[in-house]
Amino acid sequence: MNTMKRRTFLKGTLASGVVAVAAGSGLLRPTEALAAAWPKSAFKSKTVAQAMKSLYGSSSASSSKAIKIKAPIQAENGSVVPISVSTTLPKVQGIGVLVEKNPVPLATAVTMTGAAGFYSARIKMGKTSPIRVVVKSGGKLHMAKKTIKVTVGGCGG
Amino acid sequence: MARLTKIKTRPKGDKTEILVLVNHPMETGNRKNKKTKKKIPAHYIQKMTFKVDGKQVADADLGPAVSKNPLVGIRVNAKKGAKVAVSWSDNKGEKGGANATV
Repeated sequence: MNTMKRRTFLKGTLASGVVAVAAGSGLLRPTEALAAAWPKSAFKSKTVAQAMKSLYGSSSASSSKAIKIKAPIQAENGSVVPISVSTTLPKVQGIGVLVEKNPVPLATAVTMTGAAGFYSARIKMGKTSPIRVVVKSGGKLHMAKKTIKVTVGGCGG
Repeated sequence: MARLTKIKTRPKGDKTEILVLVNHPMETGNRKNKKTKKKIPAHYIQKMTFKVDGKQVADADLGPAVSKNPLVGIRVNAKKGAKVAVSWSDNKGEKGGANATV
C-alpha cells in the first residue's frame, strides 16, 4: 500500500511540474484563451487530483450532500456503466465525472451555461472503483463519491 | 461515414430532459486487435454542444472512458416548441449533429 501511495505521489508531482513549466513559458495560454477547446491535459492526467487541477484549477473540493449520484452498486459489464448526477446546488457551472482507478480518471465533464444541474452518461470502468463527481457551483467545488463494483472490466482487453 | 445522431426530449418535472444518442465506436486506443496484435487507434467524441433556441446551454467534454454509442443527457428549462440543436465532433475531425423540437 505504501509503495502504491508513493507512486501516485511521484506521478502527481512530476506531472504538476511539467504543467508549471508549460504555464511559465506561456505554452498553456492559447488553450486557456479558447474556453471551448477540449481540455486535452485534463484528459491525459493520470491522477484524480491532477485532472481536477487542470480542469477546475484546484484539486480540493468539499463533500456535499446536495449532489446525488444515480448509478448501479454493482455493474456487470464495465464497458457500459450508466451514471446520472443531479444536484440542488445553485448556479451550476460544470459537472465532472472521474473514475478513480481508471488509467485516465476523467471520464467526462460538462460546462453549463444555462442548463440545470443534471448530467447523465454511460461510462467505461476498468475495475471496481469509487467514482467521484465534482460540481462547480458559484465558483466553488463540491464533490460526492460512490463506489461501484465491476465484475468484468471495460477498458482495453 | 455518416453517423446516426438521435435526440429525445421529455418533460421531467418543471424541466425538460434532452437525451442524445450517437452511433459511435468510442475506441480508447488501448485495445488490441487480437489477430494482428496491433493497437486499434483511438477514435472518440470529444465535444458535444447543446443549444436551445440558438443559445448554448451546455458544452460537454467527453473522454475515451465514455461508453460506445454514447448516451448523454442534460436537463434544461425549455418551453414546448423550443428548438434543440446538438452537435458533436471527435478526435479524427468527424462531425455530426441533430435537431429536435421539445
